[in-house]
Amino acid sequence: MSTAVTSLPAVMALVFARECRLAFRRWSQLAQPVVFFLMVTTLFPLALSPEPALLRSIGPGVVWVAAVLASLLALESLFKTDWDDGTLEQWALSDQPLAMLLLAKVAAHWCLSGVPLALCAPVVGYALGLPMSALGTLMGALALGSAVLSLLGAVGAALTLGSRRGSVLLALMVLPLAMPVLIFGARATDLAMNGDAPDAGLWLLAAGLIAAISLVPLALGAAVRVSFE
Amino acid sequence: MTRLTWFYRLASPPTSYATAGRLLPWFAVPAFLLLAVGLYGGLVLAPKDYQQGDAFRIIYVHAPSAWLSLLGYSVLGVSAGIGLIWRMKLAHALAAAVAPIGASFTFLCLVTGALWGRPMWGAYWAWDARLTSELILLFMYLGYLALRSSYDDLQRADRASAVLALVGLVNVPIIHFSVNWWNSLHQGSTVLRAGGPAMPAAMLIPLLESFAGFTLLFAAIACIRLQAEILNRERRPTWWMDSAIKGVPHD
Repeated sequence: MSTAVTSLPAVMALVFARECRLAFRRWSQLAQPVVFFLMVTTLFPLALSPEPALLRSIGPGVVWVAAVLASLLALESLFKTDWDDGTLEQWALSDQPLAMLLLAKVAAHWCLSGVPLALCAPVVGYALGLPMSALGTLMGALALGSAVLSLLGAVGAALTLGSRRGSVLLALMVLPLAMPVLIFGARATDLAMNGDAPDAGLWLLAAGLIAAISLVPLALGAAVRVSFE
Repeated sequence: MTRLTWFYRLASPPTSYATAGRLLPWFAVPAFLLLAVGLYGGLVLAPKDYQQGDAFRIIYVHAPSAWLSLLGYSVLGVSAGIGLIWRMKLAHALAAAVAPIGASFTFLCLVTGALWGRPMWGAYWAWDARLTSELILLFMYLGYLALRSSYDDLQRADRASAVLALVGLVNVPIIHFSVNWWNSLHQGSTVLRAGGPAMPAAMLIPLLESFAGFTLLFAAIACIRLQAEILNRERRPTWWMDSAIKGVPHD
């Protein structure tokens, strides 16, 4: 065994690369959350009215609600295939800490689902009439927020592994926990839109992300181990 | 290690079943006495509030249920943690017993808050920070109960829901803070109660009595539910048949 491969960062990089490779082989699955995000945001002008002033005032909220729902949708199958074919069990048996391997997996998932959402957000925001000056904040806040959502949602997805799962169950568990992210993110966007400094919301999101990165892997490891029993 | 013997003995189903049964009257009797005195004092004897009139009296139910909704989640989270770390079945049983009680008090808090809001705000619901936090707390209880009920296997249900309860426990203060922050940006100030004037004794004493009474009631219901939970989990062993049929004490 060469130490170069078995060091923890190297293994985490391998997991990350594996996740990306698998995801790019299934393009449609990668694109679905983004398409869902675009569709949901289209519903609001149709349901309310195409009046720019109204759309502008609800814009930040619409983008955030749609993004939260889209990232939940993307999370549902996060561990499913790896759990079915025993990959997760092998990870748990390996001499690497399971929590860190799962963290690498979630990080890859964020790059493949959260980042595309953040990249699409300015387009959606522009269509809803948000001013150009707020689009940068929207993108940054969504990138931070979707990372927290990926971590929280991963715990939920891991907890449903051994259960009679339903997609509603995941939403029931994760949505209450995700509400602070929604509040901080939407408020930061709202403040930027009105020309105020959005720093507070962004810092709070970043603080939440740090807390989630340090605590969530522990819960993830425990949750995945429960599913083996 | 020897010092913890009582702790391990307590964790065995027969002992914990008996202990819960023995504690029950010590919780239930004072609970009913305090509730009778406190609610009579609060709903009948206490003077009307000069601003809110009789409507303020709902505080004698509303405030204790708000406190118990939080206490319930804390008990849930802590016992889930104990169960997860020391693999203690009794702690999981306690978590399962307490969750529906906490959820009920959260619901009671929301209902009484809405009834109180009608004369005060002119509407049953306002997006007030406290009410919103309480609503999110109810959602967290419901998520916990939903996860628990989605497992057929009791051990898995225990451990999976314990992870969720711990994540939720860490999240409760964050949610509370974020909702306050959201509310402070939206509304000028909360309508009532924040730093309000000191209560006169005639109002305060019944309130303290009903706080104590409802808390003891919570403990009493928890004892009953814990006994039921233990019986449900120990369907095979016969120790409880001995005690039920022959009246043999068992510890």
